[in-house]
Amino acid sequence: MRLANGGRRIDRSVPLTFTLDGVELTGFRGDTLASAMIANGIIQVAPSLYRGRPRGIVSAGVAEPCALVQVGPEPSRPATTVELYEGLCARTLRGVGRLDPAAETLRSDKKYVHTDVLVVGGGPAGVAAALAASAGEARVILVDDRPDPDGGPLDPEPLGERPEVRVLSRATAFGYYDGNYVLIAQRNRLWHVRARRVVLATGAQERPIVFADNDRPGIMLASAVRTYLSEYAVLPGRAAVVVTTNDSAYFAAFELAAAGARVEAIVDTRSAPPSDLAERAAALGIEILAGNRVTATEGDARLTAVSTMHKTIACDLLAVSGGWNPVVELFSQSRGTLRWDDRLAAFVPAVAAQATSVVGAANGTFDLAACLAEGAAAGTAAAREVGYPAPPLTLPVVETRGEAEPHPVWLMPGEGAPITWRDHFVDLQRDSTVADIARAIGAGLSSPEHVKRYTTIGTGSDQGRTSGVVALGVLAELLGRRSPGEVGSTTFRAPSVPIRFGLMAGRDRGPLHDPVRVTPLHSWHVAAGAEFEDVGQWQRPRCYPRHGEDSEAAVLRECRAARTGVAVQDVSTLGKIEVVGRDAGEFINRVYTNGFAKLSVGSARYGMMCGADGMVFDDGVVLRLAEDRYYLTTTTGGAANVLDWLEEWAQTEWPDLDVAFTSVTEQWATVAVVGPSSREVVTRLAPRLDASAVAFPFMTFREAELVSGIPARIARISFSGELAFEVNVASWYGAATWEAVMAVGADLDITPYGTEAMHVLRAEKGFPIVGQDTDGTVTPHDLGMSWIVSRGKDFLGKRSLRRPDTVRTDRKQLVGLLPVDPDELLPEGAQLVADGVSPEPPVPMLGHVTSSYRSATLARTFALALVKDGRNRIGQTVLAPLGEKTIAARITEPVFYDKEGTRRDG
Amino acid sequence: MLLITCPWCGPREETEFRYGGQAHVAYPADPEALSDEDWARYLFFRDNPKGTFVERWVHSAGCRRWFTTVRDTVTNEFSREREGRA
Repeated sequence: MRLANGGRRIDRSVPLTFTLDGVELTGFRGDTLASAMIANGIIQVAPSLYRGRPRGIVSAGVAEPCALVQVGPEPSRPATTVELYEGLCARTLRGVGRLDPAAETLRSDKKYVHTDVLVVGGGPAGVAAALAASAGEARVILVDDRPDPDGGPLDPEPLGERPEVRVLSRATAFGYYDGNYVLIAQRNRLWHVRARRVVLATGAQERPIVFADNDRPGIMLASAVRTYLSEYAVLPGRAAVVVTTNDSAYFAAFELAAAGARVEAIVDTRSAPPSDLAERAAALGIEILAGNRVTATEGDARLTAVSTMHKTIACDLLAVSGGWNPVVELFSQSRGTLRWDDRLAAFVPAVAAQATSVVGAANGTFDLAACLAEGAAAGTAAAREVGYPAPPLTLPVVETRGEAEPHPVWLMPGEGAPITWRDHFVDLQRDSTVADIARAIGAGLSSPEHVKRYTTIGTGSDQGRTSGVVALGVLAELLGRRSPGEVGSTTFRAPSVPIRFGLMAGRDRGPLHDPVRVTPLHSWHVAAGAEFEDVGQWQRPRCYPRHGEDSEAAVLRECRAARTGVAVQDVSTLGKIEVVGRDAGEFINRVYTNGFAKLSVGSARYGMMCGADGMVFDDGVVLRLAEDRYYLTTTTGGAANVLDWLEEWAQTEWPDLDVAFTSVTEQWATVAVVGPSSREVVTRLAPRLDASAVAFPFMTFREAELVSGIPARIARISFSGELAFEVNVASWYGAATWEAVMAVGADLDITPYGTEAMHVLRAEKGFPIVGQDTDGTVTPHDLGMSWIVSRGKDFLGKRSLRRPDTVRTDRKQLVGLLPVDPDELLPEGAQLVADGVSPEPPVPMLGHVTSSYRSATLARTFALALVKDGRNRIGQTVLAPLGEKTIAARITEPVFYDKEGTRRDG
Repeated sequence: MLLITCPWCGPREETEFRYGGQAHVAYPADPEALSDEDWARYLFFRDNPKGTFVERWVHSAGCRRWFTTVRDTVTNEFSREREGRA
């Protein structure tokens, strides 16, 4: 029911129409969905998840355990935090709701900011802190989860006029990490805030009391009743009973009476309530049942009566206050420690772990004047600590009333033993009861962390805001301990409120999830209809299917062209690093397994790098450009790691060497021209270059001028075993050079090929790909490449190659596989077992397939594999059990084509 | 997330750095002279203290320079940062 007057947050001049469970209702601007529901006489929500019990609105904020609604695509939103708007359409939810399976269309953003002082919480203490901290030059951010901060007697208005102050409203700080790093959700914006000082003014959360049937609709936190009355002018019931352990709920009774409700009784667990409150109650004709408790409640769905020790009282609203918990989630996340305060009967902050202060109710300070003073002092201190001192804040004088000591009661007992109290609810969202805690104790558990996991208390989307400490109180009581302080607390973890994944992702999704790198020739590949694959962040053509051709046929055609005619590939993605300095040669000689001391200017050499553990790390070709200048190529995916690796050794171990590194990957475009006719193409491309085998031998390079006048560095390098040239030009000449190659080779049917054909061609030659045929546990010897391991010099990883583990003869070694049925393609990754072993597990695994293809040249399938003691098994048969079928294959040498290397000179 | 002071660039976000583990684990002068056990100690054995730890970082998304620093592994506080190479 809406009251005729009042309601600080609502604007009665703006009525809003909304729909709840298909029924059209009205509210006002400023309402929450929950306050608008109460205005329409609705307290009951969907039944509970597991027990199907009728439930109602319990709270007026983020702690709400029951009133969950689905709003559009967003599930599990507490109706108490959904701001009303015209046309809002909500559905009450039983349980967790349903994610919209469609991709999220809501756009979210992230904002990264630094601030001197971050104040979390816009109540009186928080506003005081923000005003005091910003009175000088300090940059201040104030975060509050409501539409506006509310400083009580302090007007937050001046904050808006200060240029270095930012007030984030409707924003929730939900994660507090190392380095005073706080994450804040504000509608569709995620703030990453780095603060030099943090002031937590997060307030306190009222807790309920556990008694029989304490979950009926109409049973509400006393503070929520007050909020609904004062902020929204809605009356949640006409005949009320209040049950409390402390003073604060008396004001709920008084305000209910003032709003026109009948207050039938105040049930106080204390035997002697404070006289000022008792007198005020008497004046209003409210009966006080001191030293009493609730023994039962009645109601078909909504509450109709409350029973105390002596009598049953008809009512439709029971306002409950079991005391107050300082909201310490963020403080605890920041690694601050908590202590139990007996007087307050609550966990309060003890020792901060970061530059954090806690003020007001969050610090266990409940008196308004003290909250203001504490907030202002913390704000002033923070400003001084960050170097922007400010005059102290002048505070308004407010009336203070000494609070009487609360008498904490966690559990109002029922009949029989606690293990039968299945209707004494502790966590309303999880439907967990005193009986569940008793059963946990019966199972031998006593630690709160164990009991939490056993009972699931506190694991709902409300994070146990109303149930957590109550559960500890019940646990302490059932264990015969004096207080929750003797059983300890559970850990708080981020996020402290549910956060959409879309908000976390922001714009880092779809094509923006990771940078996409393309070569200067990319648009040509797209126009040619290439099929692309991702290699690291690069997009590379996988193959170029022609009209009516599938990709498998395209790969076979591209391979044939490279072996019999001429084919061309964009290899610009290979990592390229220039190594320069007087000691560049010495440095290179130390990081590659093979010798580089004798590499002459104008020559190239294939090299392999190992980690200090002797495992293959990367490989590539090194060109010596000048006495003191080398040009390294790396694998496409390994370029950044190799650069890091080189820097690490140069800086940390060998600072005496004069050497420097520059990534030049994107400065060069590289076109590989491959096949028996490649010399003809290169000759047409660079007529003044003598490309004959004698004048331009394998593993050398020449600086040449193309017919177009473009300067190029042409190297005789082959990753296919065929005669091949790699034409390097400055990247902005890449497209023109590629087109020139295609033009001069047109009559030779020059064929562009992709990564798949490249893989097949190299595998036919038994050339491993680091990262595909190796996995960080493979040495050069395991690859059968002992020839690349220098015996003379020291190099990184050398000592590891004679560790007992690396000289084992039964290590996994690279071998070839020929499936017995030449048409069967082994799946890459398939596990291999010995022929004739029992299929009963455990079956010893011999290894796995690392590369597998159809070969145009061999007219059959073939594979590479890492197989235990593989070289000694050449000639044997292994099996790849694949569930439905088993493929048998013969182990071979890993080189399938041109073992003698006769083709590389054309 | 940590705020790490690069000796050359100043305080920067942790995401700009790569961790380099324990500092002052020097590459042995003559690896070939080491026993298998001593070489394995160099490769695989590192301290894992609760408290102060001298460690290496590289400002990989910044100046690419390595540096050593002292971090408390309990509080994540950097107590001493020294200009220089690891």
